[in-house]
Amino acid sequence: MFTDGINPLIIFFASILTSNMILSNFLGMCSYISISGEYKTASSLGKSVTLVMVFTTILNFGVYKLIIVPLGLEYLQYILFIIIIAATVQIIEMAMDRLLPDLHVKLGIFLPLITVNCAILGTTLFMVIRDYNFVQSLLFGLGSGLGWWLAISALAAIREQMAKTKLPKGLEGPGIAFIITGIMALAFIGFSGIFTIT
Amino acid sequence: MAETIKEVISRNVWKENQGLRQILGICSSLAVTNLMTNSMVMGLGLTFVTAFSSLTISLLRNAIPHRIRMIVQTLIIASYVILVDIFLQANFTDISKALGPYVGLIITNCIIMGRAEAFAQKNTPVLSMLDGLFAGVGYTIVLLIIAFFRELLGFGTLFGFDVNFIGFETWTIMVMAPAAFFLIGTLIWITSNIFAPGKSKK
Repeated sequence: MFTDGINPLIIFFASILTSNMILSNFLGMCSYISISGEYKTASSLGKSVTLVMVFTTILNFGVYKLIIVPLGLEYLQYILFIIIIAATVQIIEMAMDRLLPDLHVKLGIFLPLITVNCAILGTTLFMVIRDYNFVQSLLFGLGSGLGWWLAISALAAIREQMAKTKLPKGLEGPGIAFIITGIMALAFIGFSGIFTIT
Repeated sequence: MAETIKEVISRNVWKENQGLRQILGICSSLAVTNLMTNSMVMGLGLTFVTAFSSLTISLLRNAIPHRIRMIVQTLIIASYVILVDIFLQANFTDISKALGPYVGLIITNCIIMGRAEAFAQKNTPVLSMLDGLFAGVGYTIVLLIIAFFRELLGFGTLFGFDVNFIGFETWTIMVMAPAAFFLIGTLIWITSNIFAPGKSKK
């Protein structure tokens, strides 16, 4: 359960660089495009996503191995996963409110949004399909979150500068955001070959 | 203020196309646009889920307590996605394998939740179903346009048939992720020029 398969560290770095959730899997695009106008906000959202992703990946791993597989409930997995994600987000929000009120003020508004972030459910589904063990899943969740954070921070930083320039008509906003993302994705292809996961 | 059926259709397919004008639902579907067949299946699946979850949510709109409506809507959507997933696994095993996790990700596709919140909450069941149906159709068209260019230039095929008659060199970039971003960016650029000429949207 802990030692078979691909080296977890390779999964970790690959999920940040070569199999980035946004740049190669197109996951979490909605909030990525709409909340990337400002670097600070984008970075906070990235942190929240990373946090939620680690927790949900661990919990969903447990639920998948201990409940879904033994009871043969594979056809219900989507419902279970989405409920767990919603519940985790709620619990993290309440815990943060009690324990880290400062952080809650900063990240609080994003937490409910994250429930419907495709990258969270996507990470869980990739984990199930690729049949990762516990350590692999943990590092995969962490890496995917960090990769998402990296991508949204980079885009927000570029867009902040872009706001000062004059763009062709109709390209402002989402249009240019997608094209920048395309260029970023091209740059990240440069990492391919260093680590590979399927 | 109720819309007529015709207005619902033109709004969803053209004026407020979910993918291009609202920038919704890009998440779970852009990844499958490298082949037209996959895009078609994905689009049809999404259309089915949107139409029927809009119908169901509209039927239950007075029965669902307002505070827990999000989770109820998510469960309704998830049930339909499970239907689509099982149907694809049973009848189109290859495509189901190729789509991988992206079928399940229809659950978090913002379009469905968006239509439920913005339309099905307040309108009659039949109209809501049409609204969902044509939101899905409009979105499928966008997916197919992107897939058309990616498959044609990347593989020299359309729907798996070889159309590379002049024997041009296929573009590897079109098969990879960046091409999808460039194409959708360009499509958004073109459509926002059609809809808001002279006025720039920030």
